Parts: sequence; structure tokens; C-alpha cells
Amino acid sequence: MTVSTSGPLPGASTATQPGGMRARDRRGALWLHLALLPLALLFLAPLYLMLIFSSHPETAIFSPNPPLWFGGAFGENFAQLQADTNFLRTLANSTVISTLYTVLSMGLTSMAGYAFAKFQFPGRNLLFGLILATLTIPTFVTIIPQFILVARDLGLSNTYWAVILPTLANTIGIFYMRQAFGAVPDDLLNAARIDGASEGRIFWQIALPIVRPALAALAILLFLASWNDYLWPLIVLTQKDSYTMPVALGTLVGLTRVSWGGIMVGTAIATIPFLILFLALQRLFVAGIAGGAVKD
Amino acid sequence: MTTAPAPASARPRRRRVPAAPYLFILPYLLIFAVFWAWPILSSFLLSFRDSRLGEGAPLGTANWSRLLGDEFFRTALRNTLVILAVQVPLMLALATALAVALNSRLLRLRGLFRFAFFAPLVVGTVAYSAVFRLLFNSDFGMVNRTLTGLGLPAVDWLNQPLPAMSVIILALLWRWTGYNAIILLAGLQGIPEDVYEAAALDGASPWQQFWRITLPLLRPTLLFCLVLSIIGTLQLFTEPALITNSGPGNATMTLGTYLYQQGFRSFNFGYASAIAYTVAAIAAVFSAIQLRLFGRDT
Repeated sequence: MTVSTSGPLPGASTATQPGGMRARDRRGALWLHLALLPLALLFLAPLYLMLIFSSHPETAIFSPNPPLWFGGAFGENFAQLQADTNFLRTLANSTVISTLYTVLSMGLTSMAGYAFAKFQFPGRNLLFGLILATLTIPTFVTIIPQFILVARDLGLSNTYWAVILPTLANTIGIFYMRQAFGAVPDDLLNAARIDGASEGRIFWQIALPIVRPALAALAILLFLASWNDYLWPLIVLTQKDSYTMPVALGTLVGLTRVSWGGIMVGTAIATIPFLILFLALQRLFVAGIAGGAVKD
Repeated sequence: MTTAPAPASARPRRRRVPAAPYLFILPYLLIFAVFWAWPILSSFLLSFRDSRLGEGAPLGTANWSRLLGDEFFRTALRNTLVILAVQVPLMLALATALAVALNSRLLRLRGLFRFAFFAPLVVGTVAYSAVFRLLFNSDFGMVNRTLTGLGLPAVDWLNQPLPAMSVIILALLWRWTGYNAIILLAGLQGIPEDVYEAAALDGASPWQQFWRITLPLLRPTLLFCLVLSIIGTLQLFTEPALITNSGPGNATMTLGTYLYQQGFRSFNFGYASAIAYTVAAIAAVFSAIQLRLFGRDT
């Protein structure tokens, strides 16, 4: 299940191959690095500038000599952002919504993924095909009826549930968990059945612990997706105090008067925890993203 | 995709645990039915109604005929297809090259390069839209400062149609290339090493190996990326909404921003549903074509 992300060790080919690195390889390596290095810098530049700008007042960001290193205005920018958007409140909203969503979605998708991976039952292929087919249906098709259902019929506007409920039907999660449970040996489950364990207990105490690494990767991806979601919260949240953090930042970006330093602080706060998490858990992250694409 | 279950092995198990799999799926299915399946149907019905007149007055096909003559819709459709036609092939080519490069045994500082290309994955669309809007600011942005610093002319990025479109495409490239590269990298690592060793022994150059081995074996993964990228691009919303505000004029208005405007600014749900179904129809056509052309082995 887990996709290995490390190829052969760097340097292995030079030291162990008889005769050392061939000339063609050396030339190839040189060109490879010459091409990749500037591209890598271009990919990192927006992130770097976001961090730098979050610590400078707007006048410095727009000055003839823009800063390339950290300044001391981080606190003032944050205070401005807090005044503009009640940022701490939106941060709390985002945290609660993303956590609830992640826990609930993991429960739903791992249960369903388990059933699809480990049981034969009438209607199985039809149901799975139906769920899989939604992958190719743009979410746009559902967004208006979802809004009518959630906001008007259920009266949930500006609540956490309005954001969470419609996004729980997560197709990729099912796909991914079905793949993960596929690797759990049937014999193990059958042995527990012979010992008289209930199906619920087998799932909870035997199957689920085995797929823990996959669950961890899924948790990160679900949390991140919810944390960064913009369009749906923008639609169902209309009161400032119920905004999630992306919605609050989005209201600022279109304006011209608001401090760019403040916006950069907000975007940095939204991003940095995940950059750190990404650095620490790169393997899980990559496995999780790649897992959605792994075929039978 | 999945092979049919062997009836012989299914029968005894079915006797032993008849209800369990259904109970495991039920919670998901309930959410799926209420918040996905029903809305898909409901959206179609809505497209034949006029939500502005009381409780969805029947309207017949007026929304659909309006769509045909709507010049804003045509602009949104054209812009979306232009972005699609330029951005998706560029991104997939770049992502494939990156995946091959990152998979190369010649590469040093592997971790650093991976971090550089995959880091945009964790940045939210709102966050990077804000950063791009600032960097491409015509008067004070870093991009123009760099251009003038190099002796090149400054570009009025966000206030001219073509440059504004380029900024949207650049932003999308920045955000999504690494994502596709990860998926392709996983696909590459599924190709057995000995295929390359055999080819190298037969004297195949790296270039020949790429065209004759890597690309054909990567085709299912590329198809997966292509389908998801096309559906994603058809629904493009945040970037044109926040970086260019659909402007200048309507030069970067997409199906996504137009649907948002009709549905949630004018509250014309019926007309917005017709737009949504058009997006779905285009996505379905693209998916069908792709499966026909490339999908024999998926």
C-alpha cells in the first residue's frame, strides 16, 4: 500500500559501480541539476516572499526597494488582521470544522472502504461503480441543490454543520481505504470470526489498527482539504463571526485599502503549520496523494 | 476495474454474514444519497424552473435557450476552454518531466527538490491567490520590479486580457504541477527496473527508453491525471475570483465565476443549474473521449 518515495540512494551508483560514474552519467547529472535548480527556486519563491512580506508594513512591501529578509512588523500586521477580520475567531472556526470533518469522514470512508474490500455481497460492484462514477461529476452540479437543502430546508446557514455535512461524501477516501484494507489478510479476519468475534469488533480491533499508516495519510489530506476549502464555506457562511479562515482572507484580498502585510500574515498562518507537517511527514503525504491514483 | 466475484466463494460467506457489509456502508450511503445523489437529480429538475418566481415556478426550457444566446456564458465558456487547452497539457508535460527527474538515480539533494516542488500542495487556493495578486501587482509587484531590474519592460499584468490570463495559468501551474508529479512518480515507481536494464543492454538511449518504455507504461496514470485536471479546470473559481476578479472586463471570467455570480449573487438557481449541467456535460464528453482514445488498459 505504502508507495516507496525514496529511489536508489544518491551516490550509490558512483561508489558501487565498477569504474565509477561514466562520463555520460556525469554530463546527464550536470544538466539535470542545471535545469532543476532554477525551477525549484521559482517554486519556492512565492512561499518565501509570503513569509518575508508578512513581517513588513505595506509601505515597505510597495517601496522601490522591496525587502528580501524578515522585518519586525509581524505583530502589527497580525493586530491589523485581527481588527479587520476577527482572525482568531475564524481560526477557531476552521480548526473545529476541519477536525470534526476529518474524524467523521474517516469513520464513514473507512467503514465503507472496509465493506467494499473485504465482503462479497449482492450489489457490491454496482454500488462501488456508482460511487466511483461521482469522481467524474463536477461538484458544481450539486452545489446549488446542496445550498437549497442546507441553507433553506435544513436552516443550517452559518453553522459548522452547514460546512461539514455536504462535504462528507468523499469518494477519494472510499477508494483509498478500500485499497488499504485490500492488503489486510482474509485469514486473520476469518480466524477472529471462528473465535466468535462480532463483525464490528473485527473491524475496530483487527482491521483498523493494521491500516493505521493509511488512516494517518488520509487524515492529513482530509484535514488539509477542509482547511483550505473556499467556495462552499463562502456560500453557506454569511456572518462574519461564522467565517472560516479562507473565507475571511478572501473578503480582504479583493479590497484595495486593507493591509497586504496583514493578508500575508493570514496566508502564512494558514500555510506554515502544514509546511512543517509536510516536511516532517513527507512520506505519508506523498503516499496519501499517490494512493488515490493507484489502480487495481 | 474490479473483477466479478467468483460465485462459488461468495455464496457460503453470504450465508454467514448477510447484514454486516450493508451496515458498514449504510452511514456513507445515507450521506451520499442526501447530499450527492439527490442534488444531482434535483439540479437537473431545477434547470427547468425559474427560482426567482416564488417556489420554483415551472419554466420549461427557457433557461436552456437563454444559455444559447447568452454572450457572457459564451465568454466564460471560451475562457475556460482556453485555460484548459493551455494549462493542462503544459502542466502534465512539466509534471511528467519533474517526476522522471525526481526519480532519476543521478539526482542529488533529492529531499530538497521534492520539498520545493511539492510544497505548493499544502498552500490553499486563497493563500496563493493573495500572494500572486500581490506579486503581479502592476505598479509595485515583485515580478515587474524584477523585469525592469533586468532592463525589460514592465507588464500591466492584471489590467490587460492576455497578461491576466497568463497570471491565472501560471498560478495554476505553480499550485498543481507538484500534485500531478507525485501521482506520476508513484506510477513511475510501479515500472519494474529490469525493463530498463534490458533496454539499456540492447543499447536503447535514455531518450528512447523514455518514449518506448516510460510513456506507454505511464499511460494509465497520465489518463487519471488528465481526467482529474480537466474536471478541476472546468470548475475553476478561486483563482479568477481572487487574482483577477474575472477581469479586466470579463477577460478571465470562467464557468465557475459565472455560475457563482448567477447562483449566489443573482440567486437565479434555475439558470445556474443549467450552467452547472453544461459543465457536467462537457466533463462527460471529455472523459468519454479520453477513455476511447487512451483507456484500453484502465
